[in-house]
Amino acid sequence: MDVFVTAFTIFVLAIFVGFEVISKVPPILHTPLMSGSNAISGITLIGAIIAAGAKETALTTILGFAAVVLAMINVVGGFLVTHRMLRMFKKER
Amino acid sequence: MALVNIAYLVASALFIFGLKGLAHPRAAVRGNLLGALGMLIAIAATLLDRRIIGFEWIIAGMVAGSAIGTILAARIRMTAMPQMVALLNGFGGGASVLVAGAEIIQAVRSPVREIPVQLTTATAASGLIGAVTFWGSLVAYGKLQGIVTEAPVLLPRRHGINALLLLASLGLGTVLVLAPGSTWTYALLVIVSSALGVLLVIPIGGADMPVVISLLNSYSGLAACATGFVLNNNVLIIAGALVGASGIILTSLMCKAMNRSLPNVVFGGVGGAVASASPADDVYAGRVKATSPAEVAMLLDGARRVAIVPGYGMAVSQAQHAVRDLTNLLESRGTAVEFAIHPVAGRMPGHMNVLLAEADIPYDKLKEPGDINPTFEQVDVSIVIGANDVVNPVARSAEASPIAGMPILDVDKSRTVVVIKRSLSPGFAKIPNPLFAADNALMLFGDGKKMVTELIAALKGA
Repeated sequence: MDVFVTAFTIFVLAIFVGFEVISKVPPILHTPLMSGSNAISGITLIGAIIAAGAKETALTTILGFAAVVLAMINVVGGFLVTHRMLRMFKKER
Repeated sequence: MALVNIAYLVASALFIFGLKGLAHPRAAVRGNLLGALGMLIAIAATLLDRRIIGFEWIIAGMVAGSAIGTILAARIRMTAMPQMVALLNGFGGGASVLVAGAEIIQAVRSPVREIPVQLTTATAASGLIGAVTFWGSLVAYGKLQGIVTEAPVLLPRRHGINALLLLASLGLGTVLVLAPGSTWTYALLVIVSSALGVLLVIPIGGADMPVVISLLNSYSGLAACATGFVLNNNVLIIAGALVGASGIILTSLMCKAMNRSLPNVVFGGVGGAVASASPADDVYAGRVKATSPAEVAMLLDGARRVAIVPGYGMAVSQAQHAVRDLTNLLESRGTAVEFAIHPVAGRMPGHMNVLLAEADIPYDKLKEPGDINPTFEQVDVSIVIGANDVVNPVARSAEASPIAGMPILDVDKSRTVVVIKRSLSPGFAKIPNPLFAADNALMLFGDGKKMVTELIAALKGA
């Protein structure tokens, strides 16, 4: 139970930080915000890496491998496409 | 182990700095790179985990995923960005389902310890949210890509079916927590939640996509969060919570921009066949004035201030580069040009801004409704390109209208309004737009890109 309460505390505090930080993002950057935050949510990759590398059973390895592929597409695709978009935003010369 | 956790803390901090960077276009590129650096650190630290005994599947998966991700990111057209985000969202949710699945299988096999309630509860949550995110996002992708119809698909008794599926998912989740001996419970939970994901998104119409994508974005974060509780991993919990919060903020902004409640959007059906209170014939009869590029060019000749209002039609006809040329031409003749951008124009939050940025239009020309609305009276010519409901003055007056109270762009207050549109067909709300019949409005019928190009030619010829 203690473990859960600690984890839950971190969760609640992170939500507050998220609200604080994101509410300052202007509407012109909402699309890059979505794709960039999307890439961050690919953090599941970490769990996927452990599942794919722990080799508990053939099934967990397959699930882990598939999860690594999906999460990696999410992470790499997300950060790259966000970078591509953000480089296009220019100020008046 | 402490070292790994410190690395995760650094990664979490970098994610927060990264998102903070998005507060301004100048800092945004660096912000995104900081986020990517955080991810790199988190991955590197994870590879040191002593549970890992073989790297071949990890490397194979990372190589395959990176290749696919790179190709997707490099090839996607800016107009197709909503589909791309929907797809990536779905993949994140799918990964969470699989990771939680692998974890519960491992926990059930392990003879040593009792399965903690936190693990089973979080696994059930990952399965439910992740599967809804995955399938919901795929349906959204299909709708945006034109594979699935954009119109709402309304099944009979869909609310009943959805409620039943949700209850079944929650029931299976409870079984998983109380009797965690069988992994089949989890498999069944994922199947039921998958059906729920499909049915939740399929009744939602195309123009409500900004809300749906924001909501799914939030879900993908919450799914990662739930997986964090499964693994007891702080960086997953923090990153997932940040993304969850981001999605919730965007969702509520989009709902406000349409003056609709979240349930109204999510329970769907808007944009289907609606019997209109005022038939189009009554509104338009004999009052609509069609114009030509040459006539608009003459109007623009004497204009000091021009406001351009882009909508989804600009994205569909890929007119953003032609619009940029028109802007440059007008500015070279001493006309001030600004862009009025409604939050729900397009198919995702910020869609129009990205398209205009792609066409090299400086971001300081892109104005929010709150900033530009008070100045429309000083605008000589407003040019509406492929937008409809977001400039419909009915929203200000008629209380019975489906868009009543929706904050709109007050283009009708400018001296002249030129509407570039293929026909008088209604927008997503399926109601006629009295703006088209207003005294100061002229309709330039045709494809957005073609008309803007002809307009440029006419201006140069004049």
